[in-house]
Amino acid sequence: MNAHIPVRALGRYAAGDPGIAPDVLWAIETHLEQCADCRSRLADASDGDTMALLAAVWVKVDAAMSAAEPATVRRRWMPARSARWVTPVLVPWLVTTVLVVLVALGFDLAVADRGAAPPSLVVLLAPVAPLLGVATAWTRRLDPAHELVVATARAGLGMVLRRTLVVLVVVIPVLAVAGWMVGASPARWLMPCLAFTACALALGKVVGLPRAAWGLALLWATVVVGPSIVTARLPVLLTEAALPGWAALTVVVALVLLPRRSGYAEFR
Amino acid sequence: MRRRYGMRKGISAALLAPTTYAWAIRAVELRVRAGRRLAVDGLDLSMGNGVHGLLGPNGAGKTTLMRALATVSRPAGGVLELLGHPVHARPDLRTLRRSIGYLPQEFGFYGRFTVREFVEYLAWLKEVPAADIPDAVQRALERVSLAERGDSRMKTLSGGMVRRAGIAQAIVNDPEILLLDEPTVGLDPEQRLAFRSLLRELGEHTCVVVSTHLVEDVVAACTNVVLMDAGRLVFHGGPADLVGLGREGVGDSSAERGYTELLRRHRAAGERTA
Repeated sequence: MNAHIPVRALGRYAAGDPGIAPDVLWAIETHLEQCADCRSRLADASDGDTMALLAAVWVKVDAAMSAAEPATVRRRWMPARSARWVTPVLVPWLVTTVLVVLVALGFDLAVADRGAAPPSLVVLLAPVAPLLGVATAWTRRLDPAHELVVATARAGLGMVLRRTLVVLVVVIPVLAVAGWMVGASPARWLMPCLAFTACALALGKVVGLPRAAWGLALLWATVVVGPSIVTARLPVLLTEAALPGWAALTVVVALVLLPRRSGYAEFR
Repeated sequence: MRRRYGMRKGISAALLAPTTYAWAIRAVELRVRAGRRLAVDGLDLSMGNGVHGLLGPNGAGKTTLMRALATVSRPAGGVLELLGHPVHARPDLRTLRRSIGYLPQEFGFYGRFTVREFVEYLAWLKEVPAADIPDAVQRALERVSLAERGDSRMKTLSGGMVRRAGIAQAIVNDPEILLLDEPTVGLDPEQRLAFRSLLRELGEHTCVVVSTHLVEDVVAACTNVVLMDAGRLVFHGGPADLVGLGREGVGDSSAERGYTELLRRHRAAGERTA
């Protein structure tokens, strides 16, 4: 950068002196545009009246700012920013899920007191427990803002995964505690749980998330929960022997899902 | 006493980049389904910057077309190009959606949210850079004169205010295509006037598509009139052409007469070919 503007020239420029030659004026303005130091010197070079006016304005601005009430900070149980992770619509469904698990736990404990040993309800329900929340994670019917959200850049697998993660973060610890109380090893229900969630997301792309989640839950209830309650035997699918199968299913579904993630931008 | 201010924000490279497309919106033989029905059936339309008023009777396919333009409905056939992106070929919609603003005909919101939180949430969803969100939200609220109600909860607002909050979220990302489906419903006459001048201002640099039932809104604020019937284009021209046609036909104003006359002619022609 070449030399800075002399004080005298700055003073004449600030005063709006008509005697400055056009080419000099042009050079001064070009330099001012590029040089923060000269701009700040220009502020000082203003004449006394301007400085007094500016000072008066600042006094008034300061007074107005200190007179203005600070924004009232509302304390709320769910700050608006949390909508980036979970919609308010999802909350009652998560609460319902937790209650269902607790009822199943109460049933298991009551049955265990009597000395009978039918398959644990907690273990039977655990694989499909997140589906209630997952069904609500991306739904036009329940979410009033859905029509706005689906047209935005973030709509797609990313948002669905965020909301699904919240569901899992809430449901899994509850299941872990309930499972520990009925003495079931976590692996037995955790793997099917993740597999069902992944399947719901993959199927959801084809038929819509609520329909996929309800379909899977219904399938599980008729094929596994019902028969095992009738026969009072724990199904093979929930024994340790089936674990590799569930793990493989989860991995396969995840591998199918991830390359197709851009297609979720049109997810309804 | 001297205070220093931050430098003005620079102009992004995206703003300076030359456009590589002729029309912001280009549809050729476009077909879009609403449920099982083809609500848009063979529509040819090209729109550039300006305010385009989308008119048509109920069931003409206006909302379906708007949803397709908003990339919410996928076209069932034909060509649809938005800002040069071929939407019919399922491109990466994420980039395109950052440049679209959309006010649905019916939209919901979370009642606990304040107006500002609502617009901030939508700005975040539209991937407005985090540092720009507070400024962008304030500017959008000021443009729809809702800044002083920014901290009111959405559920305490009147119908007209909710609609204005909806317009604010649509313009918060400075879209290049702005789609407003029935934006004047619930606005009082004074707000309608303010809204029309906002439309004219936006139309200078944006392709604005406004769907409406109100012919007078279109004549007052739009640079172009698009008339649809039964999923097809009936007329595309200036508001003056519509008024000029209004010497005959049924209606209170010459624009309304022009509107009914165009529909009548189109339907008569349809019957003749059928």
